[in-house]
Amino acid sequence: MPEIRNMTLNFGPQHPAAHGVLRLVLEMDGEVIERADPHIGLLHRATEKLAENKPFNQSIGYMDRLDYVSMMCNEHAYVMAIERLLGVTPPLRAQYIRVMFDEITRVLNHLMWLGAHGLDIGAMTVFLYCFREREDLMDCYEAVSGTRMHATYYRPGGVYRDLPERMPQYQPSKWRGDKEIAALNSNRQGSILDFVDDFVARFPACVDEYETLLTDNRIWKQRTVDIGIVTPERALALGFTGPMLRGSGVEWDLRKKQPYEVYADLDFDIPVGVNGDCYDRYLVRVEEMRQSARIIKQCVDWLRANPGPVMLDDHKLSPPSRGEMKGDMESLIHHFKLFTEGYCVPAGEVYAAVEHPKGEFGILLISDGANKPYRLKVRAPGFAHLSAMNEMVQGHMLADVVAVIGTMDVVFGEIDR
Amino acid sequence: MPATLKLEALVDRLTASLGTSLVAHAVAQGEVSIVVASVDITKVARLLRDTPGLQFEQLSDLSGVDYSTYGHADWITQQATTQGFSRAVSHGQANLQTPSSQGRFAVAYQLLSVSLNQRLRVKTYLNDDPPRVASVVEVWACADWYEREAFDLFGILFEGHPDLRRILTDYGFIGHPFRKDFPLEGYVEVRYDPEKKRVVYQPVSIEARTLVPRVIRDDGRAPDAVH
Repeated sequence: MPEIRNMTLNFGPQHPAAHGVLRLVLEMDGEVIERADPHIGLLHRATEKLAENKPFNQSIGYMDRLDYVSMMCNEHAYVMAIERLLGVTPPLRAQYIRVMFDEITRVLNHLMWLGAHGLDIGAMTVFLYCFREREDLMDCYEAVSGTRMHATYYRPGGVYRDLPERMPQYQPSKWRGDKEIAALNSNRQGSILDFVDDFVARFPACVDEYETLLTDNRIWKQRTVDIGIVTPERALALGFTGPMLRGSGVEWDLRKKQPYEVYADLDFDIPVGVNGDCYDRYLVRVEEMRQSARIIKQCVDWLRANPGPVMLDDHKLSPPSRGEMKGDMESLIHHFKLFTEGYCVPAGEVYAAVEHPKGEFGILLISDGANKPYRLKVRAPGFAHLSAMNEMVQGHMLADVVAVIGTMDVVFGEIDR
Repeated sequence: MPATLKLEALVDRLTASLGTSLVAHAVAQGEVSIVVASVDITKVARLLRDTPGLQFEQLSDLSGVDYSTYGHADWITQQATTQGFSRAVSHGQANLQTPSSQGRFAVAYQLLSVSLNQRLRVKTYLNDDPPRVASVVEVWACADWYEREAFDLFGILFEGHPDLRRILTDYGFIGHPFRKDFPLEGYVEVRYDPEKKRVVYQPVSIEARTLVPRVIRDDGRAPDAVH
C-alpha cells in the first residue's frame, strides 16, 4: 500500500478570492484542512511609523488607506483620539455629519463585502447589484470631499466643510444622450441631503433584492450554513468584534454600549445571530444595512432643520478661511503656523475606538506634547479576525476556506497597516 | 459625575484584587490605566480575566512602545539658541523630558470587559536587553498574533509564546523597524534586476528628510480648550 501523506497547499497571495494579498499555507488531508497558516504583511506600509514622523493632520489621509473600503470610519477613530487628548468637542452639526457619513460608510463597506462574498462562493449577480448602489454613495463622498474614496473629510474639531447646497450632476457627453442624462440627474436636482434622503427611501427595496437572490437560495445556504461556527466564549477570547461577535450571539455594539458623537440620541436596533456560522453573520450584516439607512434618515432630518458651524472656531486648531487669511495679519500667522508646523497635542495617552463596519477600530495615541504623535497604534478588527483563521477552518473542506475568508470581511489595508 | 465614579470604583476594585502587583494607576480622558511589573504579567492577566468585578474577557489590543526618544524635539523653542534652526534633518537636539526611567520598552494591553462594559489599559515596562516579558496567549488566545507583531516590530521577546515568528515584515528581514533608532526609510530596497532575472536587495537610494521639524510647545500655543 502506498504511503499517504498530507499535502501542503499554497493559496494566494495573488488569488481572486484572497481579498487582496493574503497568502495561506494549508495543510490538507485530502480535501480536508488540517491546519491553516496565514502569512500576512505583504501590504505592510508602516502607517504607524509614518504617522510618528508627520504632524497630526497630515496622517488623516493615511487613515483612509488603512481599511480602504470604509474610509471615513478610520478617520473618525483617529480624529477622536486627537480630540480627546486636546479636550475639544466638535460642534453638534459636525457630529451629526460624522454619524451620517459613518453610516454611509457602513453601507458602502457592507455592499462591497456582500458583493465580494457572493462572488467568491459563486453568486455573480449580487456583485453587480451591490455596485449599483455603491456608486451613489461614492458620489456622496465626492460631493463633500471632492474625492470618491480617500476623503480626508473628518478633521480634529469637526469636518472639513459643510454639506454642499447642490448635488453635482452628470454632464452631457458623447456617450450619453440627453434623455439618459436627465434620468441620471433626476434625483440630483437639490442638495446632497435631498439626494441622501432619496437614497435611503429606495435603499430598503434594494436590500430586499439582494435578499431575494441569497437568503433562501439553496446553494447559498449550502455554502454558508454551519460553516465556520464560533461559540460566543471563543469569539470573545479570539478578540472578535463587530458583526463577527454579534453573529455568535453576543449583543455588543460600541454605538449602543459606549456611545460616541450623537449615537445615544438616535433610534436603531442591533441585530445578533444565533448559531455563529457564516449564514448568521450574513444575516447580521444585511440587517445592519437596513438599520444604517434608518440612522441616516434621522441624521438627514436633523441636519435639514439645524444649520450651524461644522468646525470649531479655534484657529490654533482649524485654519481660518481663505478670505480672512488674505486680509487679516493674525489669520495669516495662524494659517502659516498650522500648515508649516501644525498644532501641539498635550502629553498623555488615549485609546479611542469606534464601531467600524468590520468591528472595533481603535487608535492608541501616545503624545509627548509635540506636533507629531509619539506612538500611534492602530487596532484593526480584521487582524484579530484573521488570526482565528486556523481555528475556524480546521476540519472544513478547501472550498469552505473561501467562504470563511469572505465572512471575515478581511481587507489587507488595515490588517497589514 | 457618574462616569467618573464608575472609573474610581474600578480603580478601587483593581487595587483590592491586584495588591502589590499594581505599581501605579491613573484616570485620564475617561480611561483607567495601570502599570504593573513585568514579572507579574501572567498572574495579573489571569486575575483581570477571572476576578468578579473585573472580568476582562477580551484583549482588544496589544502594542509595543519604544520610549527611547520620548520628549526629544528638533528645535529648542523655549529660549534663543546658538545653533539656529536646522532644516530637513532631524538631530533631536532639544531634549525636554527625560525618557522613562522604568525601561526603554513598554507593552500596552487594551482590555475590554463585555459583560461589565468597562475598559482598562495595562502597561508594563521592560528593562532587559533584549526586552522580554511572559506571553499572555494562555489567558487571551488573540494575544498570539499581537505578540508576534510586537516581536517583529520592536524585538520584544514573549516567553512561552508557542510560535514567535515575524508576521508583518518581509521573509528574511533584519532588524525591528518600529524602534526609534531604525530609520524611517530603512536600510535596503528591492528592485528587479533584468540581468539576474530576479528581485535583488540593495542599500536604500533615498535620503532621509524632515519636512516638518518635531517641536514641543507648552507656551500657550496648544488649543485654548486645554487651558
